[in-house]
Amino acid sequence: MRTADVVIIGGGLHGCSTALHLALRGLRPILVEKDYAGRHASGVNAGGVRQLARHIAEIPLSIASMALWENIEDLVGDDCGFSSHGTVLVAESEQELAGFRARVDDLRLKGFAHEELIDHAELKRLVPAVSDDCPGGVVSRRDGAADPFRTTQAFRRRAIERGAAVIEGVSVTGLARNGSVWRVETSDGPIEAPKVVNAAGAWADRIAAQLGEPVPLEVIAPMLMVSSRVPPFIDPVVILRGRKLSFKQLANGTVVIGGGHLAVSYRDENRTVLDWTKLATSARTVWELFPAMREATIVRAWAGIEARMPDEIPVVGPSRTSEGVFHQFGFSAHGFQLGPATGAVMAELVATGATNLPIDGLGIERFKA
Amino acid sequence: MNAVDLASSYDLIVIGGGPAGLAAASLAARAGVSTVLFDENPGVGGQIYRGITSTPVTNRLILGEDYWAGEALANEAEASGAVVVNGATVWSLDPERVVGVSIAGKARLIEARRVIIATGSQERPFPIPGWTLPGVMTAGAAQTVLKAQGLLPDGRTVMAGTGPLMWLLAAQILRAGGKIEAILDTTPRRNFLRASPHLPDFVLSPYFAKGLALLREVKAKVPVRRVSSVAAVGDGKLREVVSDRGRMPADLLLLHQGVVPNVNLALAAGTAHAWNERQLCFQPVLDDHFESSVPGIAVAGDGAGIAGGTAAAERGRIAAIAAVRALKPAAAVPDPQSVRQRLRREEMGRAFLDWLHRPADSFRQPEGDTLACRCEEVTARQVRETADMGCEGPNQMKAFLRCGMGPCQGRLCGLTITELIAAQRKTTPAEVGYYRLRPPVKPITLAELASLPISEAERKAVER
Amino acid sequence: MFKRLAEAGAAVALTVDGKPVRAVSGDTVAAALLAAGIDHCRTTPVTGAPRAPYCLMGICFDCLVTIDGVGSRQACLVPVSEGMKVETQQGKREAGR
Repeated sequence: MRTADVVIIGGGLHGCSTALHLALRGLRPILVEKDYAGRHASGVNAGGVRQLARHIAEIPLSIASMALWENIEDLVGDDCGFSSHGTVLVAESEQELAGFRARVDDLRLKGFAHEELIDHAELKRLVPAVSDDCPGGVVSRRDGAADPFRTTQAFRRRAIERGAAVIEGVSVTGLARNGSVWRVETSDGPIEAPKVVNAAGAWADRIAAQLGEPVPLEVIAPMLMVSSRVPPFIDPVVILRGRKLSFKQLANGTVVIGGGHLAVSYRDENRTVLDWTKLATSARTVWELFPAMREATIVRAWAGIEARMPDEIPVVGPSRTSEGVFHQFGFSAHGFQLGPATGAVMAELVATGATNLPIDGLGIERFKA
Repeated sequence: MNAVDLASSYDLIVIGGGPAGLAAASLAARAGVSTVLFDENPGVGGQIYRGITSTPVTNRLILGEDYWAGEALANEAEASGAVVVNGATVWSLDPERVVGVSIAGKARLIEARRVIIATGSQERPFPIPGWTLPGVMTAGAAQTVLKAQGLLPDGRTVMAGTGPLMWLLAAQILRAGGKIEAILDTTPRRNFLRASPHLPDFVLSPYFAKGLALLREVKAKVPVRRVSSVAAVGDGKLREVVSDRGRMPADLLLLHQGVVPNVNLALAAGTAHAWNERQLCFQPVLDDHFESSVPGIAVAGDGAGIAGGTAAAERGRIAAIAAVRALKPAAAVPDPQSVRQRLRREEMGRAFLDWLHRPADSFRQPEGDTLACRCEEVTARQVRETADMGCEGPNQMKAFLRCGMGPCQGRLCGLTITELIAAQRKTTPAEVGYYRLRPPVKPITLAELASLPISEAERKAVER
Repeated sequence: MFKRLAEAGAAVALTVDGKPVRAVSGDTVAAALLAAGIDHCRTTPVTGAPRAPYCLMGICFDCLVTIDGVGSRQACLVPVSEGMKVETQQGKREAGR
């Protein structure tokens, strides 16, 4: 029988980050992943490292994470392809810009200064390629982008170096209380540990349901597409509010286009089917916003399976029903940036029972029937 | 035909206009099934019958009678009532049988009740040092421009590799008055031992006599050397070909080591594939009617596993009969038993040919600075080292090195990457698997994608 | 590297990087480039190495050229037409033109 201090279910960025932070605290976690680390959304997301336009409940986590991203090499021994050129939320109309102004003012009152309103001139300075019709926007200057698969692998590798065990190709089939410990049944035999972290992404609701706290988790697969290499023409990540678009050029010249249009997903088969009518909508949006991209070629499109909660914020915190179990899932298509700090928070919670960073509003109790 | 002229749905969409596609589309259309055939080349014929309706090579002796057999297939398709669209690039096929196609810069999504993938084969990657130099091409490429445009290799031409196509091309070049400096035969000597149990079948097959005659014809005019290494050398352009038997100056090096199924579209559609150890490639898992694991999608022709052009046409017919029976049970179709009988005869000599021309490991699993991925310029050493560091599969390799992420979408590196990982990690290609392929299986411009007709839902959203 | 065996079609005039090239109807752009003796059609975005058509059947993407202003087209799949403007591609040159 294998034993550990903590069993982490799920080898996405969040699970790997929690494994690393637990190991850094001197605990012995075992991470169990049914495929391989970064197989789903963590490895194939758009790679945006964004504080901009987040739900108020997530902002403290996001700010803490940003500080870790800026020194990511110190944490994981790899720069994760992180670069910081800001994220720009482009307003497509004066009306939209007025809404953004209200949001930025409200954040200031709450003590958050990372979002900054910009006028047309500053927008054109930051994103010269953007269409002249856009009146301005919001920038978060410290934001950036990283390579998602490389990041997940870096966390996984450093976690192992610091004493975590990572078991891949093994799925969790059940868990139950066994005296003072949890017995986690897997396809490769049971593991016992006093603490369990549920970081199972699109499959996390099944774990929660076994604990008697079902959650309304929706399985989603946001679609992305990437162009062939084109000459550098845009530095920051660009996002829109009204129409679904996120747009960024990587250092190698390829342009990643996303924004949240969904593929059809089949989580039991690890399979997604792309919806080209929606990708065509993204293509039209890019066509209008960035005339320079019109003759670029789209080389690949894909979608990663993940979880979305009805209120589009994650579930982070202790189980409501089961002592020793902690949840870390439901990042609703924007969990990549939160990975580093959420792992630290989870490790603190698991090790000490409390956390200094506010995670109010993210608990699973909000879904109590 | 333009994209806008297509119907929004057809009973049957056939993808690829080689022998399998032409035979399938003809049979189905004649049975009264509404059929469209998409082919991305300017004319039908696929690779084997390339340029069959337009070739400037009118002396029939040059390309040979097997080539001209394609005329009947092209004529049959023309007369069948099938809609044949050339210059049509299929970039997506999903399990619901929605086909994304671009014609002259405009894209459409077309639905089908049945789909027959007949995208044929491609030449196996031949990753030797210098294989990306201008002046190095595949033998198939030289054959393509000979058939379609009447272009004949000029200057010092060297051929290297193994397999029937190399010998056929050599004969065609010679008959057309061309010259070949040398043929470097990379067939491993011990292959014959492995092949010999299948010799009796081969002797009875249609290929035996033809093959011998071809060898005799070529060897009478061209020096042939057995080699165990080949490299193309030059600075910006091929200057010489270096083998373990010496160096020779060359302007054109034509490489060939067999053909493998073109799997990109079938994989992107979600069909199951399996490793074929004899042919050293992945091929779709199919039933007796060439139906794939995805309902309503069949794969016929060499895309179903290599068997050659004549067999491809018979396979296309079998797939089409199954499609007609599903779509229009009352329609008259040819007797499938006689088709199967012809197919069996065509397939008879295959095992011998496969074992005999099975390329050596060293020509499939390169070393050192030899490029494994041409598009992203990833070397064999990088792949091997990354596998040693723990990278277990091609999809992770992609994320680490970008191999397979360029415009060819893994077509010229997929098998090499899988085999290198398997070799390095002491496992099998079947275990390692292949790239997870996603549409678009051919790059499309953002403009083409943006040109997709706006869906009903989206139009409503805009109007509101 | 290649010579014409027979000229069945009518002459078609193209330009390649601004220079006149005579092709024949029935040529693909790649065949016309080969027949005209052009030694490479692009340089790679990664190292700038020269590349010429390799497979001529639409799978290798080494024959990518700009045709009438549209970048990264597969020269082996596009038939020539009178007055067509073909440009060889240098490195990443594609968008932002």
